[in-house]
Amino acid sequence: MNFESNEEQRLLTDSVRRFIDKDYDFEKRRKIIASPEGWDSNAWAALAEMGVTALALPAEYDGFDGGAVDLMGIMEAFGAGLVVEPFLPTVLAGRLVMAAGSEAQRRAILPRVASGELRLAFAHLERGARFDLSRVGAEAKRTGDAWTISGEKRAVVGAPVAGKLVVSARTPSGLGLFLIDTQDAELKRHATVDGMRVADVLLFNAKAELLGDGAATLAKIEEVNDFGTALVCAEAVGAMKYACDTTLDYLKTRKQFGVTIGSFQALQHRMVDMYIASELSRSMTCLACSKVDATGDAKERAHAVSAAKIKISDSARLISQEAVQLHGGMGMTEELKVSHTFRRLTVIAEQFGDEDYHLTRFGAL
Amino acid sequence: MDLNYSDEELVFRDEIRSWLAANLPQDLREKVETYAELTRDDLMRWHRILAQKGWVAPSWQKEWGGTDWTPVQRNIFEEECGFASAPPLMLFGLHMCGPVLQRFGTQAQKERFLPRIYNGDDFWCQGYSEPGSGSDLASLKTRAERQGDHYVVNGQKIWTTLAHYADWIFCLVRADPSTDKKQDGISFLLIDMKTPGITVRPLMLMDGVRHVNEVFFDDVKVPVENLVHEEGKGWTVAKYLLGHERMSAGRTGVSKRELAKLKELAASQPGNDGKAIIEDPHFRAKLTRLEVELMALEITNLRFLDEMRRTGQPPGADVSMLKIKGTEIQQTLTELMMRAADPADLEKYEVLARRYFNMRKTTIYGGSNEVQRNIIAKMTFGL
Repeated sequence: MNFESNEEQRLLTDSVRRFIDKDYDFEKRRKIIASPEGWDSNAWAALAEMGVTALALPAEYDGFDGGAVDLMGIMEAFGAGLVVEPFLPTVLAGRLVMAAGSEAQRRAILPRVASGELRLAFAHLERGARFDLSRVGAEAKRTGDAWTISGEKRAVVGAPVAGKLVVSARTPSGLGLFLIDTQDAELKRHATVDGMRVADVLLFNAKAELLGDGAATLAKIEEVNDFGTALVCAEAVGAMKYACDTTLDYLKTRKQFGVTIGSFQALQHRMVDMYIASELSRSMTCLACSKVDATGDAKERAHAVSAAKIKISDSARLISQEAVQLHGGMGMTEELKVSHTFRRLTVIAEQFGDEDYHLTRFGAL
Repeated sequence: MDLNYSDEELVFRDEIRSWLAANLPQDLREKVETYAELTRDDLMRWHRILAQKGWVAPSWQKEWGGTDWTPVQRNIFEEECGFASAPPLMLFGLHMCGPVLQRFGTQAQKERFLPRIYNGDDFWCQGYSEPGSGSDLASLKTRAERQGDHYVVNGQKIWTTLAHYADWIFCLVRADPSTDKKQDGISFLLIDMKTPGITVRPLMLMDGVRHVNEVFFDDVKVPVENLVHEEGKGWTVAKYLLGHERMSAGRTGVSKRELAKLKELAASQPGNDGKAIIEDPHFRAKLTRLEVELMALEITNLRFLDEMRRTGQPPGADVSMLKIKGTEIQQTLTELMMRAADPADLEKYEVLARRYFNMRKTTIYGGSNEVQRNIIAKMTFGL
């Protein structure tokens, strides 16, 4: 038993943190999310330079053989800094290429992902499917060796800046995963409430390449989705830590009735409950990340990941709401970072399934 | 990061587990599992079995019977005892008076009391709270007046758990009522319960069982050699004890056992649609949330142990969160058990309802959960 990060993890996390402190402060982030592109290619290049984009890919495709535990500290730093660059979608789609793709497909895609040159997104969600991963309406048609896909994918995170998309679609023999060039789809771009960029992806007989042989697709999607859930839990832990820290600072400085408001026991106890929720969330994130890395058993993995997401969704809501409440009117304003953290935590509580979805999933295991 | 026990720790766990399977008497196990009242004899029988094995006081110094286990091993042992439905050990002697004497006692006090605590010859109780001094413990008024080679003690203690079983009581008393700071006048005294002038009166709690008492002191003569540490330094001793107490308040082993029992119960009791109550989505959601909280507590507890292992230091104020979450979980367990029971089965319902009533004490004792929040606010946050 050991909860410490190893030397490599610490070094990389420290450089990511330093980068965010220096080159990705709150003002910088405001400019990025207000820009037409909604992301910063220089920041992306810097992360790629540090090896972040290569971390969770196998060494044989220029990666570093890392897993969720290796990414925990980085995701926390992204959560604290509210980083909007499409790292998570790229990692997830990259791992789908790894899980489903042929050797030639991996070789063609993954080294470009590792170097940071190629960004990916996973186009899966459809209207009405909510969090049920098996509900896919998009259809893939085969003509000779060539495939085309028609359907509508919604709110695909990272799609506006992805070179390629991994798309799920029905084939005559079941669910399959396909690779398409983003330019072959029609994108309707949106900025989400948390400042991320997404797109609805409309496909009309779009040219597609089947990843691998199309076998056991749902199990692969579930596995990668659990990996993503564990990572977003780590991101949430970083955001929650920031929300707690900044709220505590506020309690120590804001004066009313001639005293700092932190001297009021009613507020102290709420602050303690936020802090406990954030520490318990960190514990559950440790569990989820180690299980997605270590276990080959899908049930054991789902058990840990759903449990973690239940805790994180509950805590994200508690902490973000209390952070704004304890900041009073200032917490409502765009000017304070805490209101942006509130928005990100609100989205994270739903991302990859809200607590109701995971309560049902955990209960059925 | 690695959340698993090492191979050595797993071997250790298996050793504990199989020893418990072979040595925990069936009748005691059954009493614990049915929430029956444990008599003094029940408690001491189990104490002596563990003492004989050498495992009754793992955290004690080696020369007094400690096992030299790591914090993780001690945690495994406690978890396994809880999971096996072993009776609770009487902590007043083993986890409170014993460690205090080892830290602050004279050689004579150690030699006189420690072996008897270890072997289960003396049953101890704790004289802290008073009618006017609950969370504000330092305001206590029980007076100990020095007269020659004796203190004469007058006053009253309350909530004294199992005082009616006890041979000895360790007490916080006020030897000097004139100090500026109320903490400064407090002393730590060991008092023989057979001394003339002591009256023990039961306080029946709402579960209808005698767990706690009022203890009255009326000109009770206590030899000065029963003073622990210096006169006026009792508060230092008390604080040392409270730290000890909070770490073991999580009780994850017991809660894991109770969760397994709750699931079993809920699978056997009818819901509203004829299926078992565990199939009811509302019940199920509550059960799952509880299980998740327990998982989170368990891992958080391991994080504290890991930190103790790495730093060699006792845990800081944050350990209060284990007490807060651990007791909340213990209470929710009893509440869901009561709610799972078939309301037509009065006998079962009553046992579980009484248990639910009784466990409301957990968020009040050992420093109420509100006091624990004060501790984190003050020590961790600096508020």
